[in-house]
Amino acid sequence: MALINFQCDLLGSDVERIPLVDYLVLGDDPYLVAQECTGCGARYFDRRTACAGCSQREFRPVEVARAGTLRTFTIVAFAAEGIPVPFVVGVVDCDGTSVRGNIVNVAPDPEHVTLGMKVRLTTVHVGTDESGVEAVGYGFEPAT
Amino acid sequence: MAENVWILGIHMTRFGKHKDKDTLDLGAEAVFGALQDAGVTMRDIGVIGAGNLFGTGFGQQLQKQVGQTGIPVYNVANACATGATALRVAIMAVKAGEAGLGLAVGAEKLSGAGLLTGNVSRASKAHWERQGRYGAVAALDGRVGTETMPGVFAQIGMEYNHRYGGADFELFARISEKNHAHSTLNPNATYQKAMSLEQIMNDVMIAYPNTRPMCSANCDGAAAAVVVGEARLRTLSLEQQRRAVKVSASVLTTDPWQEACQVLPDVNTLTRAAAATAYEQAGVGPGDLDLVELHDCFATAELVHYDNLGLCEPGGAVDFFNSGAPWRDGRLPVNVSGGLQSKGHPIAATGIANVWEVATHLRGEAGPRQIDGARVGLAHVIGLGSACGVHILEKAA
Repeated sequence: MALINFQCDLLGSDVERIPLVDYLVLGDDPYLVAQECTGCGARYFDRRTACAGCSQREFRPVEVARAGTLRTFTIVAFAAEGIPVPFVVGVVDCDGTSVRGNIVNVAPDPEHVTLGMKVRLTTVHVGTDESGVEAVGYGFEPAT
Repeated sequence: MAENVWILGIHMTRFGKHKDKDTLDLGAEAVFGALQDAGVTMRDIGVIGAGNLFGTGFGQQLQKQVGQTGIPVYNVANACATGATALRVAIMAVKAGEAGLGLAVGAEKLSGAGLLTGNVSRASKAHWERQGRYGAVAALDGRVGTETMPGVFAQIGMEYNHRYGGADFELFARISEKNHAHSTLNPNATYQKAMSLEQIMNDVMIAYPNTRPMCSANCDGAAAAVVVGEARLRTLSLEQQRRAVKVSASVLTTDPWQEACQVLPDVNTLTRAAAATAYEQAGVGPGDLDLVELHDCFATAELVHYDNLGLCEPGGAVDFFNSGAPWRDGRLPVNVSGGLQSKGHPIAATGIANVWEVATHLRGEAGPRQIDGARVGLAHVIGLGSACGVHILEKAA
């Protein structure tokens, strides 16, 4: 399978940006891209050798729905050194494709984060390296 | 049909902090305990399955302390299912007729180990560099989900709640309350203190809804078992035959692909498959079980495994717990040892120690925590990645 070059620098932008992961496509309307097995339709986010569901080896890139529902979550209060806590993580059902991600722009407590809540994709600043390139990650925020 | 395999001898060390003992001391203590319990010596053993997740070449190093007899050693690693995997190696070798007696051993030193995963350095580089199969330019733990076990298993429990409802923070804490109450009768447990619901819920939050006492305790410990084929068993003394425990089922599974299983580990499908196969092998059903030791690495995990092991109707885990069934005086006692939350979880030892707990009840030797009249029991472990081990044991007729 040919890997697509996801590093799409913003044309006309002063700041060069790089996605935190290959499956995040930056631009005016950022989205996630999955590798879909042409045999059985299973979707993956990592570089694939073959499909874990049917062992076929051909994939096509597909855009993942930007909105979804929060199927499960936890609020991490204790993490490795250097990781700011608390933060919320979960699995979002994006129209049938499950996506792992942080739940952002919401108070990290069970009163504000609830199972089944509607969320949508957003981007988050990760950091800037010495050449001024900004790394951009993603998260899901409440869609209300 | 291959012959039945029996546990001839089995032993676990006390779990806890063993400052003056290393992994080999603990492993050797478990081995000699199991050999003595079996009434045999290292010279009788034909094969070793050895587990130690955080070391290498453990089996051979252990042989150098307990007896180098030239027999094959299989060093195995299957995350938290390592002990069960070592046991299965010994059982398979005996079943296949390649060894008369097999030895399985698992040992781990984990006191004070803290988080075992999610410790990737976050040191920033001068220039972003894409790495790994996600092309990540920075560590993903905490940026794209969590890699910590308390966080992963919290989501597994919360997902069950999303699907079926009824499992709130308090319910998960009450599962932990049960296991800590059970632990007070287990002199081998790392923690032997009862904890009130209030204490559990107000303790340090690790990953909602798991507070610290709802997480398995890192500790040191080892366990070992000697297994024998039925024909050989019948040549041994009546006392050995009386105390031998039948391995009615020994199963190891991995997770078949399911949507989302590479997004959040699926501990359900492979456990359900292992349980179904084990019940079929043993010719028993969940209703025949007198006690269960299941992999409560977190309170949130215990709930889903009531369902996965068929201890309740699908979706009925909350009702099962609320009925009082899994308490030691309930209909189907679960984790009367105190479970991993209080007994502790020295990873590679756990899958044999769970079998020891069940076997000890079947032999009627569990002292004050004996489940009276126990004849059939099940031991379950799961290692993320994933591997699931299920053993069903039966008292000698």
